Amino acid sequence: MEVNDALIDNLSNLARLEFNASEKESIKKDLEKMIHFVEKLGELDTTGVEPLLHMSPEINVLREDIPQGSVSREAALSCAPVTDGQYFEVPKVIRK
Amino acid sequence: MAIEQQQPLNAYIRVYSKEALAKARLLDQQRKEGKPMGKLHGVVIGLKDVIAYKDHPLTAASHILQDYVSIYNATAVDKMLAEEAILIGHLNCDEFAMGSSNENSAYGKVLNARCNSRVPGGSSGGSAVAVQAGLCMVSLGSDTGGSVRQPADFCGILGLKPTYGRVSRYGLIAYASSFDQIGIFAHTIGDVALLLEVIAGVDEFDSTVKKEKAPVWKEAPDQKYRIAYFKEALDHPGLDPEIREAILTRTEQWRQAGHTIEAIDFELLGYIVPAYYVLTTAEASSNLARFDGVRYGYRTKDKDLELTEFYKRTRSEGFGREVKRRILLGTFVLSAGYYDAYFTKAQQVRQLLVERTNLIFKNFDIIILPTAPTTAWRIGEKMDDPIAMYLADIYTVYANLTGIPGISIPLFGHTNGMPFGVQAMTSHFNEVSLLQFSHQMMQQ
Repeated sequence: MEVNDALIDNLSNLARLEFNASEKESIKKDLEKMIHFVEKLGELDTTGVEPLLHMSPEINVLREDIPQGSVSREAALSCAPVTDGQYFEVPKVIRK
Repeated sequence: MAIEQQQPLNAYIRVYSKEALAKARLLDQQRKEGKPMGKLHGVVIGLKDVIAYKDHPLTAASHILQDYVSIYNATAVDKMLAEEAILIGHLNCDEFAMGSSNENSAYGKVLNARCNSRVPGGSSGGSAVAVQAGLCMVSLGSDTGGSVRQPADFCGILGLKPTYGRVSRYGLIAYASSFDQIGIFAHTIGDVALLLEVIAGVDEFDSTVKKEKAPVWKEAPDQKYRIAYFKEALDHPGLDPEIREAILTRTEQWRQAGHTIEAIDFELLGYIVPAYYVLTTAEASSNLARFDGVRYGYRTKDKDLELTEFYKRTRSEGFGREVKRRILLGTFVLSAGYYDAYFTKAQQVRQLLVERTNLIFKNFDIIILPTAPTTAWRIGEKMDDPIAMYLADIYTVYANLTGIPGISIPLFGHTNGMPFGVQAMTSHFNEVSLLQFSHQMMQQ
């Protein structure tokens, strides 16, 4: 299939990525090659085959319903680029 | 020390020498006092830089994690520390374990110690070279599509990928969660077995680990095996004829020694790399969504961005090219209109592969394949063509798609001067047989 600008723009937006004009050209070519490569799967008849969803042999792995702590607030915030000491900070969401 | 002299190999991203020396002194002291020794007492171990070690940086060889410091230990790390291992440092790799040559690292490429103009393989290139060059005794890597077995093959050492669900993935940075396993590099089967025994087993933080005791291998009397190989794999046009010849000659020797060898048809071979790339990129696009510049990791310096633009800028500046490529392909195969044709289709192919594999193991103990179609290639040789790089994984992704354990056994030398191995696989959770077989084949 042909990979056009609209497809790249849509996918970049969904993936929260951005590409400048020259990057876009090269990623377009790469993606076209990659999609062509995986299209080979279409040659195989898989009618009636259940998709494999889980790799682990374990099912219903449950534990007792006992509340447990996780990491402390200090630890959780320790690697954040910007915090106010209590919360993670993001750029202002609601603008005037 | 050796690691400093071998710095040009670029195997380590960080070395914890002071800490390691202090730990060694403490262990010496305790031993003298007669304290019982742990199973890994004083064993010097390197970690791929995707395995969390509390209070130490962890980068996945990516800019996006450049200032990250782990706030907990991976379960495998906890278990090794409990057995008195010395963790010497974090090892270089391809960014987020995506690559087959260790050329995609924010910390630069790693060189093969056997020939410095060649790649060490990937993605766990640093982990392989560290063991190859004696910069640690054993090391851990991670194997999503061959990232332990292929670099072991390129560096002339042992590399084991355990069964999916054998070793806890807690604290392993996720690439493709239904494929990832922590794997082991070493020179001897005894070392592989001991480390596996320590890091395997149930973990309340990873529900996919099988509820079974860790496998314990002890040298056993020689056994006769029923061995299969895939005709299509040995006849593949991309396979180096010298590798093909070496493996066929060796299997003939095994036959004469009383093992059963049979060439079987495996008509699905051509579909395994495409199925692998659909499923792993899909899982990666989801797993890597967590890197948002808010909770940890790199955050764009650009100010006054709207929130969505802020995420896009941060991620685009933080991730390298191969990672972005794979996220985009994964987003494509999961997107509306393409989901069934690509993602569901690949899951169906995965089902067929598992069914076929289970049938094979009704009649055979071991499957033999090459580990890689060529020996280590020259640095830069495959950087321009992602597909050429992906096809280098043709023999290794099979074990990750089906979940079975696989090992690369270093048995051969090529006329180009590079080592190579053969890959052996058994049925699920049958590592003890796999280790016994490998040990036997290395003795001959």
